[in-house]
Amino acid sequence: MFRLIKPGDWLVLLGGMLATGALFASLWQGNAADKAVVRSGGKVVAELSLAENRIYIAHGPLGASRIEIHNRRARVAADPSPRQYCVKQGWLARAGDAALCLPNQVSLELTGAKKLYDSLNY
Amino acid sequence: MQINIQTTPEDHRIARLAAFAIGLSVMEAVIPSPLPGIKPGLANIVTLLVLERFGLRAAIWVSVLRVVAGSLLLGTFLSPSFVLSLSGAAVSLLALALARHLPKVWFGAVSLSIFAAFAHIAGQMAVVYLWLIPHAGILYLAPVFAAAALLFGSVNGLIAARLLTEGEGVFPAQTALPQP
Repeated sequence: MFRLIKPGDWLVLLGGMLATGALFASLWQGNAADKAVVRSGGKVVAELSLAENRIYIAHGPLGASRIEIHNRRARVAADPSPRQYCVKQGWLARAGDAALCLPNQVSLELTGAKKLYDSLNY
Repeated sequence: MQINIQTTPEDHRIARLAAFAIGLSVMEAVIPSPLPGIKPGLANIVTLLVLERFGLRAAIWVSVLRVVAGSLLLGTFLSPSFVLSLSGAAVSLLALALARHLPKVWFGAVSLSIFAAFAHIAGQMAVVYLWLIPHAGILYLAPVFAAAALLFGSVNGLIAARLLTEGEGVFPAQTALPQP
């Protein structure tokens, strides 16, 4: 049987294993996010699955913040806060990514299967 | 009235080889699969043998005939599953067309088969994403598909390599014309 496999074949086999392993590592674990947690005034107001494309409106003291989920990513699409930092942050894709809208007190944080260092509570 | 179609020995050979491939794909359609898209792809063994013995043109013919006739037999002609078969076959033929130029001393049928299997599933996933399910969620299946491609690609490549070295008489280079 080993006569049938040439030296380069072993290389291709190894390359295939590495590629498959890399796919598992990058897509199935680590910082792949699966939920978006929306907080308003420090309280969790919504936990949205990233699997479903949708738009969620969160209300803060200044008004409504529009949170958009599309293709397993989430962003704050519109917010009444003056400096628009959270809107400018754009799409969040990895677990632990967060966007804070101040002074509207709305925050968006992505969480994954693995519990990461919580940047909002510490 | 009788219709006469002029056929060459090559036509007969391609038809015979395509029949082998069709038989294999109909056979494996019976095997239940945990996920649509994961199957052994035994017909690719025939494609590899044809590529090695008779060149790229014959391999393309056999591959396309297998996809079209196989889908007619299984009742999936022009359905999404037919488009997926066809796109997988097209991309894997493209990979084979490039990979066959690798030095023969170092790379054998196993390499070609693994390249073809990965190209096959990559082509299919691209079509699924662009046409059927335009959502990044299908990426989550990519590792499973890649693992299956590696496993079945290696096994099919080994079978093809064995048939190529030990089955010299199985596919004679010249097919005798059928006797009238």
